[in-house]
Amino acid sequence: MAGLLTILVAAILTHNIALTYLLGMCPFISLSRSLKTAAGMGMAVIFVITLTAAIDWPICHLILVPAGSELVYYIVFIIVIAASVQLVEMIMERFSPILQAAFGIFLPLITVNCAVLAVSLFMVLRDYSYIETLFFAFGSAVGWALAITVVAAINEKLKLIGDIPKGLRGPGIIMIIAGIIALAFLGFGGMVSIQ
Amino acid sequence: MMLRKLLGAKGYKAVKNGIWSNQPVFSMVLGICSALAVTNRVSNAIAMGAGVTFVLIATSLVISPLRALIPLRARIITYMITIASFVTIVDRFLKAFYPGISEAIGPYVGLIITNCIIMGRAEAFYIQNNISHSVLDALSNGIGYSYALISIAIVRELLGFGTLLGVRVMPTGWTNWVVMTLAPGAFFLLGIFLWVTRTAADIEPRARE
Repeated sequence: MAGLLTILVAAILTHNIALTYLLGMCPFISLSRSLKTAAGMGMAVIFVITLTAAIDWPICHLILVPAGSELVYYIVFIIVIAASVQLVEMIMERFSPILQAAFGIFLPLITVNCAVLAVSLFMVLRDYSYIETLFFAFGSAVGWALAITVVAAINEKLKLIGDIPKGLRGPGIIMIIAGIIALAFLGFGGMVSIQ
Repeated sequence: MMLRKLLGAKGYKAVKNGIWSNQPVFSMVLGICSALAVTNRVSNAIAMGAGVTFVLIATSLVISPLRALIPLRARIITYMITIASFVTIVDRFLKAFYPGISEAIGPYVGLIITNCIIMGRAEAFYIQNNISHSVLDALSNGIGYSYALISIAIVRELLGFGTLLGVRVMPTGWTNWVVMTLAPGAFFLLGIFLWVTRTAADIEPRARE
């Protein structure tokens, strides 16, 4: 149990997927202009990452490894991600228009969010068991959502001051804010560690 | 101007867009994850740049000739499978011939699949244009991406390790800026690069008037 908790905390804080591994940056830049969209995307990412990791682990360990076809990891994972995103979108459209309205527009964007694929790749690389994978995936996704929400909130306040140099507006300033937050997250460093 | 004659108007435009006007990293802000994550050493940046360039060209060679056959609704999944296959080739190649680099940039090679530059170019260019223009576009975008990565990596390796391509260049009294080798340094440096290039791009058209 302690091991699982370590993985969870490490994935959220010390080994944050956005601020330590620098993953999922494209939506990070395009969506962290307002807090509301950032939070919506964060929720959608938590859902999709946990779901795809839960599907990818059995496919990897029950089908690909016994069949000796580890070569096709990448192709299989990316198809699983694309398909499950599509499926979630369809289910939402049919059964929950409220959820659909809340984060339906973010779903197609998630397919190209590299954090999703990265979680599945790390899972293989680090040889996690099924339960560990679930904790790791959920923690990573929460960490990503946390990072984008914090950066978006700072960015939103910064816009009110409106004194940013012209060349730095947009992606430039987001990089600087993310850098400062990443620096702050280094402070969690000694807490827990995984590998 | 020689180049313009050689490539034709359209080819010239594709090259200029890829290398300068719509340069993928600094101008379009695409492919940022890898631009941040693998640029702590110049050798990693070169490997990543070469890998992405190879995948871009190979994808253009597949998508462009098949563009009339790919059904509109299935095009995204077609791109993904094509890209994923070539990324597998790059991954295997690095593992076999450059195990050191493969170890260093590990999972980021697989993440070339979700590098938005390749999807973006396939969707914006290869699906509509003939094969020679597509290959030109792929090559110039690959070059644009590679030089962005390498220039970031030069600064990071120089300040963070005091070396270039593993060769020590800083004087012995040099204290390494450890933060440059970590994530925050990558963020700050890319922010500064964006600031400089965007300010330069903004000044340029005005100076020409």
